[in-house]
Amino acid sequence: MSAHEHDGMHPPAPVWMYVSNFLVLVVLTIVTYFVATLNLGAFSTPIALGIAVVKAALVVLFFMHVYESSPLTKVVIFCSLFILTVLLTFFMVDYTTRNLNVLPPDEVPVTVPKKAA
Amino acid sequence: MHTEAKAPAATAGHDQGHHGAPDLAHHFVNHAQQHDAGNLGMWMFLSTEVLFFGGLFGAYTVYRHKFEKVFEQASNILDPFLGGINTIILLFSSVTMALAVRSAQQGRSKGIIAWMAATIVFGVMFLGVKAFEWRHDAAIHVFPTSDFCWSYAREMHVTHEHPEYKARAPQTYYAKDQANPESRQGKMFFFLYFSMTSLHALHMLVGFGVMLVVMFYAYKGYYTTSYFVPVESIGLYWHFVDLVWIFLYPLLYLLGAHLQGSH
Repeated sequence: MSAHEHDGMHPPAPVWMYVSNFLVLVVLTIVTYFVATLNLGAFSTPIALGIAVVKAALVVLFFMHVYESSPLTKVVIFCSLFILTVLLTFFMVDYTTRNLNVLPPDEVPVTVPKKAA
Repeated sequence: MHTEAKAPAATAGHDQGHHGAPDLAHHFVNHAQQHDAGNLGMWMFLSTEVLFFGGLFGAYTVYRHKFEKVFEQASNILDPFLGGINTIILLFSSVTMALAVRSAQQGRSKGIIAWMAATIVFGVMFLGVKAFEWRHDAAIHVFPTSDFCWSYAREMHVTHEHPEYKARAPQTYYAKDQANPESRQGKMFFFLYFSMTSLHALHMLVGFGVMLVVMFYAYKGYYTTSYFVPVESIGLYWHFVDLVWIFLYPLLYLLGAHLQGSH
């Protein structure tokens, strides 16, 4: 038993965990690329984001060792994602329920370079 | 101080676990607690980073909702294949970084240095691909410093001409842009694209700097199997940079990949 184990430190994870996690992430990247080239209409974005969320979860859990993190760290991660959800949700609630013409005015002229050929 | 006056016997209980551990700060009970505290601090920082990028993702969400069609056309100008290659390069750099942290857990300083060097190599490769893309973006007039020209970029993309040698888009294209409100919507996509990817690239450059410092300390034999918080923290930071890219890739590159004219 090495010194760090009886001091409560986590032992190193096996290399195969990192390698298999990497391979799954590469496969998911290839899948998301080919799915995106298909014309799936309204389904494309949920599928692409769904794959991205799975990939993100794999990175967070295994590369970032959150599967063995302290509960306090997990609470911080949860809060961070919760606040991000609040931010994005209220952005959309605001912009979809109010008919404010605050997005870029169509009157702004196109910039034409002075010395255009 | 009053603690100095105490007899050694009185502090024996408090000192438990401290003996012979120069890599343990005195206010921690043991190495595991010290490790968890460092880990928690890094995640606190990463939470602020989530909101930092979150603001840009929010802007993207709002404008994409408003300019749905043009955002797809603008995304179609980007090369999803190159973006995919870059995603895989970044995943390579993540796995090498994970192995650098594993070397730290095993107390192998040479492993830390070698795996981090590999991480930097993959990071530089990623930025190399990005530079190649940005050069093309400048040539088709969507790069921030090149006079933005939506109709020119669209046409060059569809015809696959080689516009690299034209310093300016011809005047007729700007006239077309003036008559077309969609050019401003396309400009918004590219504003967001360059803000998000350049902020991401900036994070990578910062990561390189921190990695070089950590590699220097590893070379000096500063890290032990019970103390390697800086190695693990830069590891978390690097994986976070990977996480941001995992979301940027589908939102920016894959949005218009199904349209005609894509690579």
